[in-house]
Amino acid sequence: MTADIATVLWKEWKEILLFRSRAGRLGNALSMIMLLAVFGIYLPLQSGPEWVTSPLMLAAWAWVPYLLIVGVIADSFAGERERHTLESLLATRLPDRAILIGKIVAATSYGWGVAVASLVLSLITINIAYGSGGLLIFPAPTLLAILGLSLLISTLASSLGVLVSLRASSLQQAQQRLSLSSILLFVLPIFTLQVLPQTIVASLARAAAGADLTTIYAAVGIVLLLLDLALIFAATARFQRARMILD
Amino acid sequence: MPSFAIRMDGLPRDFDGLRAVDQVSLEVPKGHIFGFLGPNAAGKTTTIRLLLGLLEPSAGRAEVLGFDTRMEADAIRQRSGALLEHTGLYERLTAEDNLEFHGRIYRMPAAERRSRIQDLLTGIELWDRRREPVGKWSRGMKQKLAVARALLPRPELIFLDEPTAGLDPIAAAALREDLVSLASKDGVTLFLTTHNLSEAEKICTRVGVIRRGVLLAVGSPAELRSRRKGQQVEIVGRGASESLLAELRSLPGVRAVDDQDGRLRIDLETGAEIAPLVSRVVAAGMQVEEVHRGAESLEEAFLAMVREAGEEGQA
Repeated sequence: MTADIATVLWKEWKEILLFRSRAGRLGNALSMIMLLAVFGIYLPLQSGPEWVTSPLMLAAWAWVPYLLIVGVIADSFAGERERHTLESLLATRLPDRAILIGKIVAATSYGWGVAVASLVLSLITINIAYGSGGLLIFPAPTLLAILGLSLLISTLASSLGVLVSLRASSLQQAQQRLSLSSILLFVLPIFTLQVLPQTIVASLARAAAGADLTTIYAAVGIVLLLLDLALIFAATARFQRARMILD
Repeated sequence: MPSFAIRMDGLPRDFDGLRAVDQVSLEVPKGHIFGFLGPNAAGKTTTIRLLLGLLEPSAGRAEVLGFDTRMEADAIRQRSGALLEHTGLYERLTAEDNLEFHGRIYRMPAAERRSRIQDLLTGIELWDRRREPVGKWSRGMKQKLAVARALLPRPELIFLDEPTAGLDPIAAAALREDLVSLASKDGVTLFLTTHNLSEAEKICTRVGVIRRGVLLAVGSPAELRSRRKGQQVEIVGRGASESLLAELRSLPGVRAVDDQDGRLRIDLETGAEIAPLVSRVVAAGMQVEEVHRGAESLEEAFLAMVREAGEEGQA
């Protein structure tokens, strides 16, 4: 099974790096460069040393992998179906789970890889700009939380994307649904905070300030892990060869 | 070890109440090239999907290489190669990467994989273009690459859906030679669909004719032709008038008369005599040069079978 997953991963990585179309190649390359530039250089320079001390910076690392992954994952099944490569893939000896997990791991590693790269770049930027002799680095719990939570967010984006792609009738539909999910996941909470009465926002902020950060990280991590498992389980249940052929 | 590569026993498949494949039963011996012939939407692709375990039959049972299609589809796909309706090539990847991916899927050792890829690409004269993305290639080149991909892991059984479609005559002839060699020298079983009936006649050791999901006939091309032998006569000559054609059509035992540029093709009932027919043609003033009996090609036999099945269906 591991060798089969590695085989799917090899192909998916090749396709993600080559990107699926000329327009896609340009778009994906630009979004990757933009994210590296924004999260690796611009934002650290704007924030200053606070970049490595403020726990709020953690939110930035949730964006990076999610945005990258939704850009490529819609293609995983809906795109293969449209390009008539899916049936040939299903006619091979590859087990269902190897195909599914291979696609999820490929997208996750892509998004998380770029997130870690921009994290490293941001540390280099901060230390060059504000280092003044000492090493500026995230506190260990924050660093662990960034790495762990961004991995869980990457898995969330990949497994949600695969599920959407499996169910979509076209690549365009999959892309539209995933764009909507981005809005719901990131814009809606911000919008909700804007419209909530100030007293409630203030009490939420007090509660957050008083809470132990490690506990918050762990709680968020557990919720994300459960969501990831539920989505992977749903995608596994949805992925059946006979059903894929008839879709 | 089973002597049959494929055995289907009363295999039906329904889609939303419509029967795509209707109680098909057939056997394909190992090492044979089996041609599955039929018009569009006859059920050929559905049959291949059933045999590869990509679809479950509504009832019945099929075995491929001794494995049950319902319970042991993984084992079937492990030992089979397939070129389906579409080439299924990854167009952003190079030719070499497409084959590399397939070789990895079948867990071919790296050295064997590289050497086999080189042999196959050299054989189809695409080795020099191995690093090009296949999306830029012509349909014929893609088709050749897709066939090479199906052959790569040396499967025991290969399903080929229209393998020579899009190939130029030289490439098609070369591929036919390769397929015959695969079956005769390596003992590989080939299950192919084609609309090119002269191709089927040349390379297939057995053929099956399917129409609207119903298997009309199975046998060697010669058997299928001979089923209708004696029921057809071809008279070559000059001076066949419309009145003569009408007269011939009205004779007992004559089913159909067709005039194709001085060649009268006459379909007869079994047992109908030919000599009185020829006398009648001569008496009507036609200058007869040649008379052939039962010289039906597989294409003619196929067309007649499909036509008759259609007439029976309407009746």
